[in-house]
Formats: sequence, C-alpha cells, structure tokens
Amino acid sequence: MITATIIMALREIRRNLMRSSLTMLGVVIGVGAVVALVSIGRGATESVTASIASMGHNMLTISPGAARRGGARTPSTPFKMEDVTAIQNDIRGLAAIAPTGSRSLMLVYGNKNWRASVTGTNEDYVRVRNYAVAYGREMSAADVRSGRAVCMLGATTKKELFGSQDAIGESIRVDKISCEVIAVLKPKGEGGMGQDQDDLVIMPLLTFQRRIAGNRDVSTIYVSVDEGRPSSLVKDQITSLMREKRRTARGAEDDFNVRDMAELMATMESTTTALTALLGAIAAVSLIVGGIGIMNIMLVSVTERTREIGTRLAIGATGKEVLMQFLVEAVMLSTLGGCIGVVLGVGGAGIASKYLNIPFVVVPEIIMVAFLFSATIGVVFGFLPARKAANLNPIEALRHE
Amino acid sequence: MTDQAKRALIHMLGVTKVYGKGEAEVRALAGIDLRVDEGEMIAIMGQSGSGKSTCMNIVGCLDAPTSGTYLFRNVNVGELDNNQRALLRRHYIGFVFQGFNLLARTSAQENVELPLVYRRVPAAQRREKAKAALQLVGLAGRESHKPNELSGGQQQRVAIARALASDPSLLLADEPTGNLDSARSAEVMELLVQLNRERGITVMVITHEPEMAEFCQRTVEFRDGRILSDTRKPS
Repeated sequence: MITATIIMALREIRRNLMRSSLTMLGVVIGVGAVVALVSIGRGATESVTASIASMGHNMLTISPGAARRGGARTPSTPFKMEDVTAIQNDIRGLAAIAPTGSRSLMLVYGNKNWRASVTGTNEDYVRVRNYAVAYGREMSAADVRSGRAVCMLGATTKKELFGSQDAIGESIRVDKISCEVIAVLKPKGEGGMGQDQDDLVIMPLLTFQRRIAGNRDVSTIYVSVDEGRPSSLVKDQITSLMREKRRTARGAEDDFNVRDMAELMATMESTTTALTALLGAIAAVSLIVGGIGIMNIMLVSVTERTREIGTRLAIGATGKEVLMQFLVEAVMLSTLGGCIGVVLGVGGAGIASKYLNIPFVVVPEIIMVAFLFSATIGVVFGFLPARKAANLNPIEALRHE
Repeated sequence: MTDQAKRALIHMLGVTKVYGKGEAEVRALAGIDLRVDEGEMIAIMGQSGSGKSTCMNIVGCLDAPTSGTYLFRNVNVGELDNNQRALLRRHYIGFVFQGFNLLARTSAQENVELPLVYRRVPAAQRREKAKAALQLVGLAGRESHKPNELSGGQQQRVAIARALASDPSLLLADEPTGNLDSARSAEVMELLVQLNRERGITVMVITHEPEMAEFCQRTVEFRDGRILSDTRKPS
C-alpha cells in the first residue's frame, strides 16, 4: 500500500510538473541556502584556523608595549637578551624560544630594489614560526652565535629580487650591509590578519643588532610551548616573570603584552561559528517560507481535486488513506526539493569557495539536518491540507464542480 | 432466519433522513421500507427532490440514516462509523456516476485498478483483474487510453469496469446515462443487464428516464421522500 501511495504521489507530482517544481522551489532555495552558507562558513573557519596555525604552532608572542587598543601607545622599553635568558631558564615547558629584532628595510640586488621586513633572530625561529626551507641550508646555531652576514629569504622576497634566478650563494644589500643568501623558504601564504608572511628576510640576531639596529634590544619574543602544556598557564608565568624583570609596579598595567595564538584561534573560531550559525538561521527561515508555499499549493490542490477525493472515498478509501496520500505527496515534494537543494547548495558552496579562496568543506551533518528538516516541513505543512482532504464529506465532494 | 432473509442484500425499515435543523429542516426521506434481494436489477425513479439521491447515498453506505434501520448484507449500517462504512464500500459496493468520475490524465487501466489498490491487491493481480474487467465491458486494447482520449460511452464503460474490478455484491449506478446520447445510453444499460444476468451482480440504477427503467425487472418510484410505487415486470 505504501509503495502504491508513493507511486501515486509521484505521478501526481509529475502530472503537474510546472506547479510542482515551482512549489519545490521554496524548499530548494531554503535547503540550498542552508547547506551553501554553512559549508562556506565552515570553510572560512577552517581557512582562518589554518592561517593562524600557519603563523606558529602553539605559539606565544611577547612584545613590548601595552596591549591597549586605540589611543596613544606609550613608548615602552624593549626587551633585553637577559629577559630572553630568564624566560629560557625559569619557565618550564617551552619547546623553543626565538627573540627577534625587526625592521622594514630596503633590499638591493643588482638593479632591483625591494622593501621587506628584516628580522634578526636565532636558529629556532624557523621552527617556532612554522617556516620550512625550500632550498639552501638553514641558518645554524654557529651562524647565530658568531653573527655572520647570512640571510634566508621568504618566497615573495626571493621572487621580487631574483625572479626565477637561483638566489643561493648570491649577495644582497640589506640597508648598509652585504649579506649572503643561504636559503629560500617555502611559501606560507597569508597570515591570520591577511598579511603576506612570505615577504621577509631572516638573519642572525647578533648581525641585526650590531650592523643594522646598532643596539642590543630585542623587540618581539616568539615562544613555542610544548605540546600538551596549556599555553594559558605558560602565558601567565611569562607575564609575572616579565613584570618582575621589568619592575612593573603592583597594580600598574603591563607595559608589554603576551599574545596566545591558541586564544586568538579560539576567538576567531567562535566568531566565525557564530556568523555561520546566524547565516544558517536566516536560511532556515527561508526554508520555513518554502514550507508555507507547499501548504498553499497543497490546499489549492485539495480544492481542485475535491471530486477526485470524493471518488476515492466512494470507492472505499478511508479518511486515513486519503490523509496519507496527500501527506506523502507533500513530503515527496519537500524531500525532492530538499535533494535538489542539497545538490545546489553543495555545488554553490564549491563555486563560492573557489572564488573566496577558502577550502571547500562538505558538512555531512548539515546536509542530513537540512534534508530531514525539509522532510519534516513536508509533514508539518502537508498535514493541514491532507486533513482537509480526509475530512471531506464524500457526498458533497462527489457533487463538487 | 429464513432462506429468504439470507438472500436480502438491502433491507430498509422505516428509514428517514433529515437535513438541517429547526425551520431549515428538510425531510429528504420520510420513512422508507425497501427490500432488495441478491441478483435483482432495480431502477429507482423519481424527480429531483423526490429523495432518490438521498436513498442512493444511504444504500451506498455514503451516509447514515437519521432514524430507522438499514441492513446491508445483514449489517446495521446505522451503527457504523465513517471508517467502517468506507470498508463496506471498498469490499461490497461498486459505484458508477453520472459524470464518470475517472481520474484525469490517468490511463483506463490505472483507473480500473484504483479500488484494487485500496483493497491491497498485489500489483500483478491488480493488472490482471483490471484487464479482465476492461475486456468484459468491451474495451480490450484501450487499457492505456486516458479519459480525454475516450468517448463518453467509453468513459462510462471504464467506470463500470472500475466498479466491477473488485467483484462487488452491489453495483450502484447514479444516473449512469445522464451524460450520454440515447444510443450510448442503451449500450450502457444493456451492459448492466448483461452483468446482472451473467454474473449475478445486484444492480441498482437511479434514473429519471423511464426508458432506462425499462431495462430493469423492478422499478421503485419515489415522491416527496416516500415510495410511490414498486412494480415488477412479469418475468
């Protein structure tokens, strides 16, 4: 019986193809919008987390200056090498620590000029910041200790100065000094804030301090926390250690700031998740509107088919069977619409993610939910018309013109 | 119970039907006593408003009497609810309507299968029975025709096949020739007579045309909700 009912419903849908497809359109758009928006949202979240992760694994950044946003930044004392040593010695659970000094400087190679961020640091920097050497040799501890005039180029910087030419072993001018290129880094792409992470020059900190900055200051310190050790705990320990070292008065604000990448990632993630939920909710409203569309058409259909319903009742259909027939028809309409919506939604998300340059994520849960929701809508909004049909008086229905 | 009582298919005792209430009250049936035995072919005549349609609705278990007793196959229909009456129709009554009432854009075959679907007959058997019924009404080879591809007479034959497909005890025809010309009307009536004779199906025809009543052995005439006359042709 149920197969017969389903076949009957499908035939009815096909019999009025134009109307059926227009009826389905509401659900198609609703389901499509939910699936597409949630998929795109999920893709965006993933791209944000990926780019934050690319900035450094389990990383804390310690930089001078208060974390206050807006307003005038009070100039604050940079860190010293002693601070770095103190962190290294006093804080447990650090995988690596990379003190840096950094400036934006003019680079010259042959007749090419390029401005890039030049960072003096140690051999751990590459690891802490999640860089990798594409070719050449990595800056060694010996290079760092003796302050050799060597440097590693980011992918963008290399391209701007050398084009497709081999850079290893060449000398470039960095500000006033000449520096040998020993490595080119693999490209990392945009960081969490959209900056190019591949436009940089890395050299030994000592070289940077002596020959470029002319002091022994350290600006930002990058710390990589051991896997499994809560970064928030390390962050607190570093904060109190630095307050002590810098003799910050009790109750005074920190004149430096420790940023936790994990924290930043969590914030970003919760923001995008909230946005995704919001978009999904708006799309869900359109799904309900689509359901109302189905109800409308089914009500019209019941009125139109009153004589048919009368005939069926006279022939021996029970009210329940007529109810089922119309209910199944509504559910068929909505689930068919749901299927088409899922296909369009996934396809749309695929195209959109290509243009938005985010990973294409198929979210099976949301496809299931949207699909089930559309079926539910068929039941809910199909019920009223179906009950109307089932409650018709056969005598009056037969006489209906 | 006597043998005679067993053979009674329709048995009405003081059946009344009242529509509306108070001043708008209409007494469509004012006490009907009618007995129809199995295998009879009976015509119900009367002008519009005479109560013949109301009588047909009650006989066809589409409606319950206001008072009095209606026994169909010795079942007291007045005590049944909508659902039980639907089941009674499904298994024992075949309907033929003036307006044919075929499903539009649906083949003759599928139209005939419809009551069998409700009787939960398996698809293969359904197809066979419908085919046989269509053959019986002389429409073999037209199984795939849709109603709009058939003439009025042919459509009414499909409707008769539909009524026959479920092997009913009673074939109830409400003005079956109302929409047909006289030649087609005669054909349809002859078909009903043939079914009554050859298959022993009890046939009740509601009509206002005396020529159609001529085809039946027994004619009951209604006027003002009462039976005016009940005549049998000498056989």
